[in-house]
Amino acid sequence: MNIIVPIKQVPDLVEELEINSAGTDLDREWLKMKLSEFDDHALEEALLMKDDGGANVTAIALASDDIDKALFAAAAKGADRLVKVNGVSGSSTHEAAKAMANAIQGMDYDMVMTGVQAVDDRDGQLAVLLAHYLNIPHVSVVTGVTVAGDNVTVLKEYGGGMVAEFEASTPVVLGIQAARETPRYVPVAKVRRASKDATIEEVDAGDLGVDAGSTVSKMYKPDTGGGAEMLEGSAEDQASKIMELLTQKGIK
Amino acid sequence: MSNQILVVVEHLKGKIEDITFEMLGKGKEVADSTGGELVALLLGSGVEGMASQLGAASKVIYVDDANLAEYNPQAYCKAVGSVVADTQPKMLLVGNTSMGMDIAGGVSVDQNMPFIAYASGISADGGTVTSSLYGGKMNIDSSPSGEGCIVSVISGSFPADAGRVDGSPAIELASADLSGLTVQFKRLIEPEGGDLDITQQAILISVGRGIQSDENLPMAEELAAKLGGAISCSRPIVDSKWLAKTRQVGKSGLKVKPKLYLALGISGAPEHIEGMKDADLIIAVNTDPKAPIFDYAHYGVVQDLFDFIPALSGKL
Repeated sequence: MNIIVPIKQVPDLVEELEINSAGTDLDREWLKMKLSEFDDHALEEALLMKDDGGANVTAIALASDDIDKALFAAAAKGADRLVKVNGVSGSSTHEAAKAMANAIQGMDYDMVMTGVQAVDDRDGQLAVLLAHYLNIPHVSVVTGVTVAGDNVTVLKEYGGGMVAEFEASTPVVLGIQAARETPRYVPVAKVRRASKDATIEEVDAGDLGVDAGSTVSKMYKPDTGGGAEMLEGSAEDQASKIMELLTQKGIK
Repeated sequence: MSNQILVVVEHLKGKIEDITFEMLGKGKEVADSTGGELVALLLGSGVEGMASQLGAASKVIYVDDANLAEYNPQAYCKAVGSVVADTQPKMLLVGNTSMGMDIAGGVSVDQNMPFIAYASGISADGGTVTSSLYGGKMNIDSSPSGEGCIVSVISGSFPADAGRVDGSPAIELASADLSGLTVQFKRLIEPEGGDLDITQQAILISVGRGIQSDENLPMAEELAAKLGGAISCSRPIVDSKWLAKTRQVGKSGLKVKPKLYLALGISGAPEHIEGMKDADLIIAVNTDPKAPIFDYAHYGVVQDLFDFIPALSGKL
């Protein structure tokens, strides 16, 4: 079983996000990036399948700042092969998916598992776009994967805790919502060692030829109009104010 | 390209989901202001009766096929793609839901149509779409280049009542080639009954990532007990297995409407907001004064949870 896991870095939302001077994108100069949490789940699920009964796991990413570190971290966690795709700039997920499809097409694979979404995929989720560029089936919002021969049983989550079970034949692309286990942690020392031991293969993005797109006119912080009345003071003061509120509203 | 606004009807177990009515309401507005036609796209098997609930649309295109009896990502992508190829809509509206996330992207690639995801707003002329990104921390306005585009809409963005119109729109039958499917639906798995139904609770103390560790849960549980409420949570807490799935509020969890929703350390990603924004009283506690949850809360507290929780518990 060969599993390919496309991963990417996204802005760490714990940090303050600033908008660039054109007002159309984030100011990326000081942006702190981290592995997209859904990709982390996809990688974890692939590595668990490797742990369970053997799978060969390839982590693949588009070239960007710090991406080598993310790939080496994947190797430190257990990925067998690292691939970097050069030649894509900009934030179009369609272009990213096309570049990934070009790179993956020639590889030997049974499954592609990647995050169900990312915090910045404005023009759609990579998993489904990639599947359609590869012309193979796809299921997204996946929370369970079981393999039996050439068949994969997947659990797809709906709203309200309802889950649907599907059976697909390989090759298939899965958009992973959550792995069975919390994604594993890897110490920095191990990543450093991987950066010495592991190698990153580099491939070219090839023909992107994606013409259907959209143009951003404005990025701004949402103002929902309402907004909370902020209760100031120490924790004690704030707790007292909340007690007053709860009494007022007849809750306590 | 036609002047049609095409809305993909989402239904499960015989019930049309609210997101459909939200999109029909919004789609009607866009159709009216652009001289266009609102069309509902219904896929299924033996479900033509649902058309009577789709009166907001002037017509219903219905693909009746045994392969569509249950939702199937591959079959639905093919069927929607086939209708889109025939009708060339000006805009295709799809829910940013578990089903819609399969359909929108697939049709975008297959039909070479621009796709704008995570829509929380659409201008009356349909030309500008507002997407909610970066965990709800940023809005982006964009416009499709070229004609015809796909927009996926976040649940709860538009009033459902505006599109909930009974009627008898004309039904136009369409067919699609659904041979050679390699994905098969097997079964629906109902949620396991939990120890407690959070949708029935008047008071919810909801914990998010800010709680940091399951060792800190008892502190929140004590507060819940003193307030006479129950514990609920956001997605990361369930993924970490600190609380059961039945306690999860949000898009893939449950929608709740308690008298009091006290959000502790929940930043307020759109997926969470979907599940709790209609609560009567929302109080949010977070260390980040810019957390999106404060846009939806009635009262906000910027404070360290581990100072705040004992302080409030101490007063009860």
